[in-house]
Amino acid sequence: MQLLTDTLLSGLVYGMLLFMLASGLTLIFSMMGVLNFAHASIYMLGAYFAFTISHYIGFWAALVLAPLACGLIGAAIEVWGLRRCHANGHIAELLFTFGLVFIFQRAVMMVWGTLAVPYQVPASLNFPLFQLYGQNFPAYRAFMLLVTALMLLSIWLLLKKTRIGLIIQAALTHPDMVSALGHDVPRVFTIVFAGGCLLAGLAGVIGGNYFSTDSGMADAMGPIVFVVVVFGGLGSLAGCFVASIFMGMVQTAAVMVNGSIASLFAPFGIALGGDSLLGEILTIPLARVSPLLPYVLMVLILFFRPRGLMGARDA
Amino acid sequence: MTLHVADLHAYYGKSHILHGVTLHVGEGEIVSLLGRNGVGRSTTCKAIMGLVAPAGTVLWRGKNIAGLRPNLIARQGIGYVPEDRQVFPMLTVRQNLALGLKRAGQLGRWSFDDVFALFPNLAARQDNPAGVLSGGEQQMLTMCRTLMGDPDLILIDEPTEGLAPRLVEQVGVLLAEIARRGVSILLVEQKLTIALRISQRLYVMGHGRIVFEGTPAELEAGAAIRREWLEV
Repeated sequence: MQLLTDTLLSGLVYGMLLFMLASGLTLIFSMMGVLNFAHASIYMLGAYFAFTISHYIGFWAALVLAPLACGLIGAAIEVWGLRRCHANGHIAELLFTFGLVFIFQRAVMMVWGTLAVPYQVPASLNFPLFQLYGQNFPAYRAFMLLVTALMLLSIWLLLKKTRIGLIIQAALTHPDMVSALGHDVPRVFTIVFAGGCLLAGLAGVIGGNYFSTDSGMADAMGPIVFVVVVFGGLGSLAGCFVASIFMGMVQTAAVMVNGSIASLFAPFGIALGGDSLLGEILTIPLARVSPLLPYVLMVLILFFRPRGLMGARDA
Repeated sequence: MTLHVADLHAYYGKSHILHGVTLHVGEGEIVSLLGRNGVGRSTTCKAIMGLVAPAGTVLWRGKNIAGLRPNLIARQGIGYVPEDRQVFPMLTVRQNLALGLKRAGQLGRWSFDDVFALFPNLAARQDNPAGVLSGGEQQMLTMCRTLMGDPDLILIDEPTEGLAPRLVEQVGVLLAEIARRGVSILLVEQKLTIALRISQRLYVMGHGRIVFEGTPAELEAGAAIRREWLEV
């Protein structure tokens, strides 16, 4: 029971963090057709900005300032970079964001060094909130859940209850038509791109001290976020949310479960294993294949349901 | 003269689609643009609207708007209804109409009540996602959505395509109502009957050029023109 609740809660926290990244990415992808490779780099920048800002002013200031800085960087990338590349087609845009990944990574190494920086959970949140089955539930984890829940609520309100949200939703399917109705679609693109980067930055601020802030964190997060976007379906925030939580749970659960595929069959008296290659694969502990699971799931979904869980169009 | 298009060229990639189209639409006039599929009628609308890059002159109230972005052209008072309808499928009927407004609370010739009075079907389904409407209802919705933005000239691309005769009649009624409110219309059509009945002037296109200009009576008299450029 304790293992289960702990797994569910960690999975939820990780999943919500994934959603913070993936929601921005899926909106950008479906509106502008731009696969922004640098999205996870912005997440990394958010964490490093937060480390430096909390060093000088404090964590709470970082919580506000670092995402804002990431949003501004996002706006600058869209206005001065992507818009210029757009004239040359999607491949140019793709390569542009691909280049940004390396620029950001090298820049981070030059400024903050190659080793992980000591970005810590703030002292004011570093205490056990309550006991759960004899284990401490850290207050910071509750704080992360709170921040991500607030973010989810504000995205929902923005998209469903405001006029700019309507325009964004309409531009997901027919950007040209939205423009012909008199709305400034490029400006909406900038807002969405900046907003997506702001969320990625926020994820970095609250995730960087929970996991670790190092120059490899973008590489670790990037591919998973893409998997979530494809799995959830392009253009669907609801699908993206379900996929994020699911991936969060799958990855956490696989790490925590003791056993292998073969052990699933053991209670039925079927003994799998042996010296063959297949036997070895079946007896590998699940914890060791867990990093592989999201990609296997992505391949399967591209095979059998290319729209993703709730996508509006094919990937 | 409100709209004056002169020597308009347009390209899709390397293929040259419009070879110098010249036409005009006067204040409150209904003008039809006829021709077979693929002669460049839709491209003419898109080039005027800025959705494909135009070369040439598009004078709107004396100002050249060729090359402006579509949203700016829309804000000068030109509306566009595309051939493939393009309703926003996940948004409700009412939200689709609301997006026709250039800003929230805009007051123009058309209100939600006008639309719902003209099309009770849309009123009954105003909270349904537009994606579940029938083809005819989607067509009415697209036209009304553009009207909500209160254009002074509306470019309508093949509004009757694929519609049952009863619905074609409804489109005719709406077109008459648009004209009654003083909005000029440039109508792209394939059905001669509607175009001949409601237009003051007609253009026939062939191979990316205007090959005929005249009144409905003149086109009815010109059997050779019809045979060469219109009849299949």
